[in-house]
Amino acid sequence: MFEIFGIPSQALFGQLLIGLINGSFYAVLSLGLAVIFGMLNIINFAHGAQYMMGAFCAFFLLQYVGLNYWAALVVAPIVVGLTGIVIERAFLQWLYRLDHLYGLLLTFGLALIIEGVFRNYFGASGLPYAVPESLQGGINLGFMFLPVYRAWVVGFSLVICLATWFMIERTRLGAYLRAATENPVIVRSFGINVPRMITLTYGFGVGLAALAGVMAAPIYNVSPQMGADLIIVVFAVVVIGGMGSIMGAIVTGFGLGIIEGLTKVFFPEASNTVIFVIMAIVLLIRPAGLFGRGA
Amino acid sequence: MASVNLGSVERKKVAATDASRSYAVPVAFVIMLALLLIAPFVTYPLIVMQALCFALFACAFNLLIGYVGLLSFGHALYFGWASYVCAHLAKVGTIKLPYWVGSWQWLTIPLPPLPPELAILGGTAVAALFGLIAGSLAIRRQGIYFAMITLALAQMMYFFALQAPFTGGEDGIQAVPRGRLFGLFELSNINVLYAMVLGIFLIGFLLIYRIIHSPFGEVLKAIRENEARAVSLGYKTDRYKLVAFVLSAALAGLAGSTKAIVFQLASLTDVNWHMSGEVVLMTLVGGLGTIFGPVAGAFIIIAMQNYLSALDQWVTVIQGVIFVTCVLLFRRGIVGELAALLRIRL
Repeated sequence: MFEIFGIPSQALFGQLLIGLINGSFYAVLSLGLAVIFGMLNIINFAHGAQYMMGAFCAFFLLQYVGLNYWAALVVAPIVVGLTGIVIERAFLQWLYRLDHLYGLLLTFGLALIIEGVFRNYFGASGLPYAVPESLQGGINLGFMFLPVYRAWVVGFSLVICLATWFMIERTRLGAYLRAATENPVIVRSFGINVPRMITLTYGFGVGLAALAGVMAAPIYNVSPQMGADLIIVVFAVVVIGGMGSIMGAIVTGFGLGIIEGLTKVFFPEASNTVIFVIMAIVLLIRPAGLFGRGA
Repeated sequence: MASVNLGSVERKKVAATDASRSYAVPVAFVIMLALLLIAPFVTYPLIVMQALCFALFACAFNLLIGYVGLLSFGHALYFGWASYVCAHLAKVGTIKLPYWVGSWQWLTIPLPPLPPELAILGGTAVAALFGLIAGSLAIRRQGIYFAMITLALAQMMYFFALQAPFTGGEDGIQAVPRGRLFGLFELSNINVLYAMVLGIFLIGFLLIYRIIHSPFGEVLKAIRENEARAVSLGYKTDRYKLVAFVLSAALAGLAGSTKAIVFQLASLTDVNWHMSGEVVLMTLVGGLGTIFGPVAGAFIIIAMQNYLSALDQWVTVIQGVIFVTCVLLFRRGIVGELAALLRIRL
């Protein structure tokens, strides 16, 4: 046990870890938003609600089906992703020719519906979700106590982010995706089913949000409110990073999580607002965002 | 927009529309005024006053979305903060800056509790100032980013409101005195209060109408239709957007300040992002870019909240359903559809 800048190392690294965890969620969620925006030109306001659905899905699977955390990690994103596909087919596909803002308004309405329904059936208080047995306990690193589950969340999020980056930037499917983002008409003329690709992209983005929700379930309680405030912070993250670059979204997400964690140690009053302040500063200095490509 | 390629037959129709337009708005205005004068005798005056405050708020929001094409998803910031400032000035008066520190203040302006008209002006001025700051940040990005930036800034100010000592945290500022308007009119009399609220609403409404139909308003509409073209014609569009943003924020602040006096309360509800969503909903239901739409939308949503309060936990779900329905089926809103049906512009 030692001190850094008068702060016990335990507290400093503990908050850093929490920052990294929040950063993982920011990264995965802003990644999903960026992927969806790239293909659909829609800002998915329901992203926070879908993150919450992922956590609830994990809770239901454990409670009623008896599927454990590891199964939920696979099943919940698929189930929630399927609801995303239904939403895309039923609602979003009618909006592509319209102004961006209608997509935002529609998904905002969907978020209100989803969160309202969950709140009516499960109340505003949280439901507990236990950490899986194999990830319980922690390791004493000497300068801090590292809970295994939290280390797992950070590591696994990083893997998910890098895998998504690899898929989009380095595979043939990703090349089709990027081409369709640039010019859907020409990609269609090559015989690629772009509408289906758009549908699946939305499902994938929603699935990413649900995956973050499953990972969050053992850390925060499972509650209908869990996504509502988070999504606004993620919007700020997206404004800071810009949605043009996948790697940008990942770096910005983790970076801002760490900064937020440090703020909790040194200036706790500002920990809620630091990301928004950074957003304002970035807008002043680099209006296009750190990794943005204009607009 | 559509008038460019019209044939000669349709051009006659447009001429007829222009002629009817000249009296459609005054007629609609007289009908609205008559309804507003009858309303307090038909239902609870407080509900009508609440609806009037929100109607002004929605009109202010519509000035941005409907006529400049800017979707601000954080208008609760101006509405809510103005109501805090107005409530504080009317109840306490003394200003201590910086407000966010409890003990260390470098500037204290000792003031007695202010009369309602000055408190409302103070709230409006602070909203305009916040509009200037937030607007000059947000107009640096376009389209969807604009909405996200305004939402994020509003959320930041929500947290400030939660932590600042003078706002009273979760309690809000309660028991705000209504006082005497201009030292003459006792606002505890509900009829006098109603007259004041109606007067403020009409001033705001007519001001917005005037702005929209001024040369300045024509430039705003040009920016909405084609910003690049407006820039190429030599207009400094950023300045126009910023002025429109400040005007909209100030009018939203006027609405929020009035609400604080009417309900004698300023609370976190008014700065929360739900409130930003609600004003979007009101404007969308009534009709984006119509003059009377936001007023109709505000009355519908407030009536719904009051008469469906038995279903209170379902109200957000119903609001969500209305959002989805409006975006998919009635993008012109109620007034917009009505105007299209009657071939007039409202």
